[in-house]
Order: sequence, then structure tokens, then C-alpha cells
Amino acid sequence: MFHIYCPYCEEHREEEEFHPKGQAHIARPADPDACSDAEWGDYLFFRDNPRGIHHELWVHAVGCRKFFNITRHTVTYAILETYRMGEQPTITAESLASGEKAGNVQAASGGQQTVGASDAAVASVKGAQA
Amino acid sequence: MSDVRMFDSRPATAVDAESPLAVSNLAERARRSAADPGVTLRERAFLGHLILRGGAIVLDEAVREVLGVSLPARPGALVHDADGERSIQWLSPDEWLLIVPEGEAYTLEKRLRDALGDAHFAIVDVSGGQTLVELSGPRAREVLMKSTPYDVHPRHFPAGKGVTTTFAKATAIVRRPDEELWELVLRRSFADYCYRWLVDAGEEYGLAVEESGR
Repeated sequence: MFHIYCPYCEEHREEEEFHPKGQAHIARPADPDACSDAEWGDYLFFRDNPRGIHHELWVHAVGCRKFFNITRHTVTYAILETYRMGEQPTITAESLASGEKAGNVQAASGGQQTVGASDAAVASVKGAQA
Repeated sequence: MSDVRMFDSRPATAVDAESPLAVSNLAERARRSAADPGVTLRERAFLGHLILRGGAIVLDEAVREVLGVSLPARPGALVHDADGERSIQWLSPDEWLLIVPEGEAYTLEKRLRDALGDAHFAIVDVSGGQTLVELSGPRAREVLMKSTPYDVHPRHFPAGKGVTTTFAKATAIVRRPDEELWELVLRRSFADYCYRWLVDAGEEYGLAVEESGR
């Protein structure tokens, strides 16, 4: 069970109060009439499926009934942060990767993390799988 | 002045009304109440429930003018007016629940609408859609612990707090107006189910059921 921090209720609640609503930060094309079919198709149907950091939209369905964003790790299931609608994440795959270069190594739980993990850790995971 | 049409859902002329728990036959269970109850369950039917939506600042002004208390801005806060009969609870950043004694909802809604004027807001009378059940007694908290995943320990759930959460797999508002009392706001369609759940859960502590008086 996740124990999720709702940024509106300002406390942790049980997962059963929430519903996931898919990928967050999907921008609607500004002028739908002018965009190509490929762009419109991307907007409507195509979603990221990353191994690592994923920004998701969730709703506190039994509670304040507000939508908010969660940054979640798809391998470890760790919830790294939650933030309100309209805000930008402070933790991204890029920020984790650059943090690692600065010597701030992110915990590669179980050696599974490939986004934001050091090259050596990635190599060791690949070596273990081979 | 907003031009919203209002009607009194409970006019002065006698109209038959049934609480959501009318089908549950509380009177029958009340006769079999435990002598030294660990939990006492009491329905407070026919209270006025109003949902208030809008910006906190503009609503706060109107609520202070009409009720004499300020709107609780902190998440999960529950405040009562001077005589403890009227309460306002934070439900979400732009939504509050007002519970007032029977017969007051219509006049209160009118006064709030007058005070709010042309502001951007919504007031909905949901009195018919939900009912309030009180739990008291030394074992009341243990009944709640069996029923909701929410942490009801006094350290986490002090008096003056209220939350919307899952209750017995349904949805309910759990409130704690003071140290001795818990309140559940149950949706009409869940009321009978939740009542039966509470009776079943409270049985082992000795349960007393009190009728709401009408």
C-alpha cells in the first residue's frame, strides 16, 4: 500500500483514497486546427512508459477530490514527491542524473535503478542479468 | 444580489420527512441497548447541511458576518459557533460543510447569499442527502479503528478535526467536535449499510442505540 501525501489535505493518506489518472504535464496543442495529425495523435493517445522517474496525475477521490501530481519511480515504486496542479516537479530524471554527476549518488535500490544511477551501477545490473 | 432561485426544502407546513436511517429501525435496536454501554450510537436526523464553495477570503467575510465565526482555512479543521450548535468544516481548498440545527438551513442560505452578493460562489443544500450519526462512550474510538484506515489516535486526530475518508469501504466524513464525541456524516445511500456495520462492530463493546427524538 502506498501512503500518499496529499498536497491539499497536507497529510499522508492511504492509497485506497486515491485514483491514478495517468501521465502528468501533457500540454494540449495550442491551436488544434493548425497541428498535424501526428501531433494530435501524440497528444491524445501516446504516453511515456519510462523505466525510472515518472510524473503522474492522481486524484484524491475520497477526500478533498483535488487532482495533484506525483513523481514516482516505476521500478522501486518509491514516491519521490507530490505537488499541486500548476506546479513543476523539483525532482526529475535530469535532476537526479546531474545530482549523481556531482557526487550525490541516488540510492539504486536493489541495483534496479537505471535512470539517475551511476554508469557503474547500470553496468553491474546489466552484468548480473547477463 | 445573485438571481439564483431558492426554495425551502423543509417548509413550515407539515411535510412527511424520513431520515436516511428510517429503514434501519433504530427504535427496535434501542430497546435492546446494553445496560453499561461501551459505545453509544445516536442519530441526529434532519439537521441542515449546506455545502459552501468559493474562494476562502470572500466566503470568510460572509460567514463571519452571518455566523460570527471565521471560516476554517486549515485543512481538516472543524469549528463551532459560540453556542456549539452550528459547525463549519474544511472539506477541500474551496469547499466547506456547514451543519446547522433543523429548520435553519433555508434562512441561513438566504442570509449568506445576501451577504455574498455578486461574488463567485455556490451554496447547495444537501440536508436530504446525508445524515449525522454520533458515537460516544469509552470504546467509540475502537469501533472507528475497526472501520477506517485513517489514524484516529488522539495524537493524530485531536478535537476540532474532521476528514473525509473511507469508512467501512464506503465514504464518510469523520469528525471530532470534542474529546468525548465522534460524528459521522453518512451519505444517504450508505447510511443503512454504515449503521449496520456500526452495530456489528460495536456489539462486542456493549452497544446502546439512541433515537434522534422524532
